[in-house]
Amino acid sequence: MERYTGKSIFKKVAIGRIFFYEKVEYTVKREKVEDVEAEIKRFDAAKVVAISQLDRIYQKAVKEVGEDNAEVFEVHKMMMDDEDYLDSIYNIIREEKVCAEYAVATTGDNFAAMFASMDDAYMQARAADIKDISERLVAVLMGRDTDMGALDEPVILVADDLAPSETVQMDKSKLLAFVTEHGSSNSHTAILARTMNIPALIGIPIQKEWKGRMAVVDGYSGTITIDPDEAYVAEMRKTMEEDEKKRLMLEQLKGKETVTADGKKSIHLYANIGGVEDTAAALANDAEGIGLFRSEFLYLQSEDFPTEEVQFQAYKQVAQNMGGKKVIIRTLDLGADKQAAYFNLGQEDNPALGYRAIRICLTQQEIFRTQLRALLRASAFGNISIMFPMIISLEEVKEIKSILESVKDELREEGISFKEDIEIGVMIETPAAVFISEELGKEVDFFSVGTNDLTQYTLAIDRQNPKLDKFYNPHHPAVLRALQMIIDNGHKGGAWVGICGELGADLELTETFLKMGIDELSVSPTFVLPVRDKVRKTVISE
Amino acid sequence: MKSFSYVIKDEIGIHARPAGLLVKEAKNFESTITLECKGKKAAAGRLMAIMGMGVKTGDEVTVSAEGADEDAAIAAFQKFFEENL
Repeated sequence: MERYTGKSIFKKVAIGRIFFYEKVEYTVKREKVEDVEAEIKRFDAAKVVAISQLDRIYQKAVKEVGEDNAEVFEVHKMMMDDEDYLDSIYNIIREEKVCAEYAVATTGDNFAAMFASMDDAYMQARAADIKDISERLVAVLMGRDTDMGALDEPVILVADDLAPSETVQMDKSKLLAFVTEHGSSNSHTAILARTMNIPALIGIPIQKEWKGRMAVVDGYSGTITIDPDEAYVAEMRKTMEEDEKKRLMLEQLKGKETVTADGKKSIHLYANIGGVEDTAAALANDAEGIGLFRSEFLYLQSEDFPTEEVQFQAYKQVAQNMGGKKVIIRTLDLGADKQAAYFNLGQEDNPALGYRAIRICLTQQEIFRTQLRALLRASAFGNISIMFPMIISLEEVKEIKSILESVKDELREEGISFKEDIEIGVMIETPAAVFISEELGKEVDFFSVGTNDLTQYTLAIDRQNPKLDKFYNPHHPAVLRALQMIIDNGHKGGAWVGICGELGADLELTETFLKMGIDELSVSPTFVLPVRDKVRKTVISE
Repeated sequence: MKSFSYVIKDEIGIHARPAGLLVKEAKNFESTITLECKGKKAAAGRLMAIMGMGVKTGDEVTVSAEGADEDAAIAAFQKFFEENL
């Protein structure tokens, strides 16, 4: 029994086998082969295996996400069987007398480069599909395990670090826990773990030898135990049973109103999501809507600016998945700790105070207009609201509104329908926005308080710096007074006020928020029912 | 040889999904089926070549078929383009 301690992201327990996730390195060696025909046979055999993997993934995806969304795996299969692709591989093996891995990697690079150089963003993105199928073939040829789709049982995923593009593609039903060496508590993996309601640890010194061994991940103590003994497993099973009991109790709250025990105050309880697929978790946890849809995933996942069409499809899908429920979509909030290479944002001395979010949108307006067009078009398919981040002045809000009006005019001229009276709101996350909240409240329909940034800017504390932990107090009276001021001023101007930052899920403050007069809380899907439970037990009348 | 021309209406052009279906359709016929657009040509059975043509909405594509079942092939492809693209 070996035990390692790291930082826990989500307090739950998982017991299972370790799946050691390794990226397929594209440093494939160019090795000479003597028997060219035998090498071709080896490639053909690998192709059969790869295609059967895709078959399995496709069948599963059809059941889980429907035929339309599963189609990508059918296309991958056909790409793998494409005559030009195969001819190129066979030719390289025959002409250069080299190993199949090298032939596949070279062919994959060439085809990917062809797609990447096309002048159409959709086709450029297909370069990723070519890389994907080539990596799958190389992985099979090398006898490496990267295919989670082929697993029979759910696993504890151990990896050095995970990129958003990797977690996005993972089969979520096969994941019991995440354990990584690198990554931060604000990383995509961390958000995913919270959304999926599974334990996750970071900062664990991972070892390749763990592959396939039994382990216990304890999110309460932040530990992973390799080859646990029976007594420990029994103890942890008890903890899991208690968690399960708690979960079942919370299940009873589904479909119930989020109202205080004395019936004096009811609020809207929404979920924060980071991608289209998270709507499933939001609905499963009975969220009354989406209070924050982080649109930046669309930008972070792609290798170039996502097109209007790609964005439209994503927004429309979320709106449709949620039925008539409210879906608040935040315009792109990049910069600072969230970077996409093609934006070329450059190095800054002070990124948290730098070129980010709405400042990018109001400078590079074409990017902004594309997103607004996609959002407006999608608004015809559900109950969408638009929210703008990092506001510091009334002039910004006025400029945003005039841009929005001109985009609406454009759509009207083209005869494209959208929701005419679409609701707009601003994030309150800078002290400047707090002080002018009375004026802002008259301009917009709602406020959503981003408590993470508001705390960072109010206290002048960099949250990424662990040395400052003892000074960082999210319950600081300055932050709570700012919140009261935002709520009062919002109401004066006729705007409703919510919280979409992490503080919204802080059960120690639920009663305070209710007494302050908050109208909405938006939290990770897994916190929806615990917060509802807390609200329903709270009495606010004196 | 038989042929027809068609102006693409699909917003993303000939993207992966219809290209895949098109390849499947081509396998049903013995005739050699060719797509031509903006001076580029590709055999209808070759997925990457078709996608590589970068056919966008509003582009005109000429489909031609040559072989024993060319009439049937052209009829099937005309129907396919109208339904999918």
